[in-house]
Amino acid sequence: MLIAGALMTLPLLAVFAILAGRRDFSHAVVYAGCFVASVALLAGGLQYLGGHSGSPSVVLPLGLPWIKAHFRIDNLTALFLLIINLSAAAASAFAVGYGGHLPQRRRVTPFYPIFLLAMNLVLLADDAFTFLVAWECMSLASWLMVVSDHQDAENRRAGTVYVIMAVFGTFCLLPCFGLLAGAGGDYTFEAMRLRELGALGSFLVALLAILGTGSKAGLVPLHAWLPLAHPAAPSHVSALMSGVMTKVALYGMIRILLDLHGELSWHWGAGLMLAGGITAVLGVLYAVMQDDLKKLLAYSTVENIGVAIIGLGLAIAFKGDGQKELAALALVAGLYHMANHSVFKTLLFLGSGAVIAATGHRSLGALGGLLKRMPWTGAAFLVGSAAIASLPPLNGFVSEWLILQSLFKGPAMPHWAMKFGVPVVGAFLALAAALAATCFVRAYGVAFLGRPRSDAAAEAEDVTFGMRVSMAVLAIICVVMGVIPVTVTDALTHVVRPLTGIDLAVSADLGWPWLSPVSSTRGSYSATILVMFGLSLFAIAIFIVHRLGTQATRRADAWDCGHPEDIPESQYTGPSFAQPLRRAFGGTIFQARESVTMPEPGDSSPATHQVRMIDPIWQGLYVPLGKVVDWIADHVNRLQYLTVRGYLLMMFGTLVFMLLVVAVRQQL
Amino acid sequence: MSQQFSYEIAHLIGATQLMAGFGLLYQRRVFAVLNTFAFQALALAAAAAWQAHVQHAPHLYVTAAIALLFKALAVPFALHWLVEKLGIHRTVETALSIGWTMIVGVALVALSIMLVLPVTAAASALTRESLALAMSVVLLGMLMMITRRNAVTQVVGFMALENGLILAAVSAKGMPLVVEISIAFSVLVAMTVFGIFFFRIRERFDSLDVAYLESYRGDRS
Repeated sequence: MLIAGALMTLPLLAVFAILAGRRDFSHAVVYAGCFVASVALLAGGLQYLGGHSGSPSVVLPLGLPWIKAHFRIDNLTALFLLIINLSAAAASAFAVGYGGHLPQRRRVTPFYPIFLLAMNLVLLADDAFTFLVAWECMSLASWLMVVSDHQDAENRRAGTVYVIMAVFGTFCLLPCFGLLAGAGGDYTFEAMRLRELGALGSFLVALLAILGTGSKAGLVPLHAWLPLAHPAAPSHVSALMSGVMTKVALYGMIRILLDLHGELSWHWGAGLMLAGGITAVLGVLYAVMQDDLKKLLAYSTVENIGVAIIGLGLAIAFKGDGQKELAALALVAGLYHMANHSVFKTLLFLGSGAVIAATGHRSLGALGGLLKRMPWTGAAFLVGSAAIASLPPLNGFVSEWLILQSLFKGPAMPHWAMKFGVPVVGAFLALAAALAATCFVRAYGVAFLGRPRSDAAAEAEDVTFGMRVSMAVLAIICVVMGVIPVTVTDALTHVVRPLTGIDLAVSADLGWPWLSPVSSTRGSYSATILVMFGLSLFAIAIFIVHRLGTQATRRADAWDCGHPEDIPESQYTGPSFAQPLRRAFGGTIFQARESVTMPEPGDSSPATHQVRMIDPIWQGLYVPLGKVVDWIADHVNRLQYLTVRGYLLMMFGTLVFMLLVVAVRQQL
Repeated sequence: MSQQFSYEIAHLIGATQLMAGFGLLYQRRVFAVLNTFAFQALALAAAAAWQAHVQHAPHLYVTAAIALLFKALAVPFALHWLVEKLGIHRTVETALSIGWTMIVGVALVALSIMLVLPVTAAASALTRESLALAMSVVLLGMLMMITRRNAVTQVVGFMALENGLILAAVSAKGMPLVVEISIAFSVLVAMTVFGIFFFRIRERFDSLDVAYLESYRGDRS
């Protein structure tokens, strides 16, 4: 009831936004309505996840008359409803006060409720038709918001790349569901679960599902659109696209690969795991070199999707090999990371939105010193950065630790490929985690610490109360999900039970606060105890410093360490912070070349330092592909200039060819 | 009158129509093409009348009358008049030599027989043969449309194609009259449109060769 009511409110809000878009108050009303609807959906998901009352389903006479629209809630759907609507509620609350500075606000507000509705419908859909329609609505609504600021050529390009990739994704999912449904044409998920796929069908379904959902999630090398499109939208929409829409894509991947697809061979898990590892490392390497704050966050999304996919791939590999307990563990770890990422990535994007609203800049080179001017945003952004850098006791640490723990069990697989492959992926994951920490130390340090690099940054004011509260709530959730990990994993075990067929106990040996997935002697973690211990140490340290430290006053020049002159250029900048990493990794992967031009003696012009980098995936995959498509289009274009007889000949030829095919097939 | 006899007669008339189709492809003079077309339409009218008699379906007599009046008389006379009025070049301009056209035509007939006979194995012999013949006539009409340059011969090809369709329609039992009337009506409209079209082309280019039209298309940059 709650869910249906909330879903029906959303389209009404969209209509209201279109009708009343001219008036300023209408935007706040729409976003407030979205907030209420999201909270209702959140409550619906929570209620279901707590209650476990079967899996209620409903058939509505919508869409095509002979197919109808099927909806159903099971544990997996409820979990993702929770993940999605938590972030959606925060983003909606944030958006109430946000966006006054945007000229294209009226082009965003009507599509925002539609976007939320479509994402929720993807989760609730119980037949392929409804799923795909909702999936396309999600793509189109987000695309409209990406191109809302179409004055900017870069946004238009982002929109084009995005819509091409979205069409590609659906183009893969369409035959995937077609194969799952088979010749019988029963498109309900119930029928798909029961169907046996042949060897070829099984292969194609898995491949198409990974391509289709992976392109939406941002799996390398299908990620090209993501860092272009996510930053192009207004920040509260970026938050949803990065934090939430990628999760919807992963939900699709889990639903098809682990639920609808009957038996998946462990090879797929191994491949997915490796792809996830590469995605994680490449994503974070891109992220660490970005100067644009939102682009940095978007690339970091690519990294985190990679991390979650490592968990998912490992689960598929274990499941394909019959090791259900380990499969459940890996899946719990993957889902945990998805939930975490949606919280802290939404938080960070909202933080970047707050920074943009306050300063008008998104380039790190124009920020700096914001912590003093915007203490609330700064504190929330710090928590988000620490969480995404997987520092204990925050939530990011728990999920990455769990994924690593399940990777350590990889050698339990009997296949040599897995025995050797799993440690490699583990190394990728560790590298990605370390680089992510660097990346966010850099982002936070350059944007919020030091001295302001522009006048706008020097005069920034902290954002409105509502925006602060929504960020603060997300930051608190980051801490809570990190401090009570066992409660979260217990909830997740209910979700993975139907997918892996086993009840996992991640804290069996040691009891509630202890997370010991493998065994109590191999590794255990209790954030709760860690936090208590840390807090008491902190208190003792403060006490000692205050009691035993010297009380004498000392005098020195302010900020005299390394900053003898008071110019912002003398401090670390974004590019200079990234330089060591660029030299270490960029030389081979990105073909980074640095060149210094020194002026001639006597010439008073400044010396310049230039860095040239090539995106290997864009140059190596997308550009040649684009050329091939262009070539084909050029040649097909000639068909535009045929004579009348030429067209008749083509039709005639086609008809005769079809007739020949029928005639030959009859003879066989 | 035995079943066999009525079948033979229907077969004969259908085959005559097909032969007329080949005749259309073979003619080198525009007037001869028009005469052959009139003969084909006459055969169609005969086929419709015979079916009306055999199937005891009086509405098919209406079809036969329409075919006779419009296709065998009105259309050929109108085209005749047009050709004289416009002073059109009276040889048929071919895009593919006549010999090759005939060979392709034979191949198309073989294809339609191969196609129709196995598909309609359940239907009566009468329907099967007539459908195969009708399909051949349709394909030959299309072939005529693409292998002739002159607009008049293209129009005749189109009308021959219609003849094939109506032959198929009268051979199948239970085809409602309204379908045939609408087909006949569409042919008439097409005839009118083509007539106006001829005048316009002729005014502009002093020829009915459709190749002249091609340099005047708006989409060519």
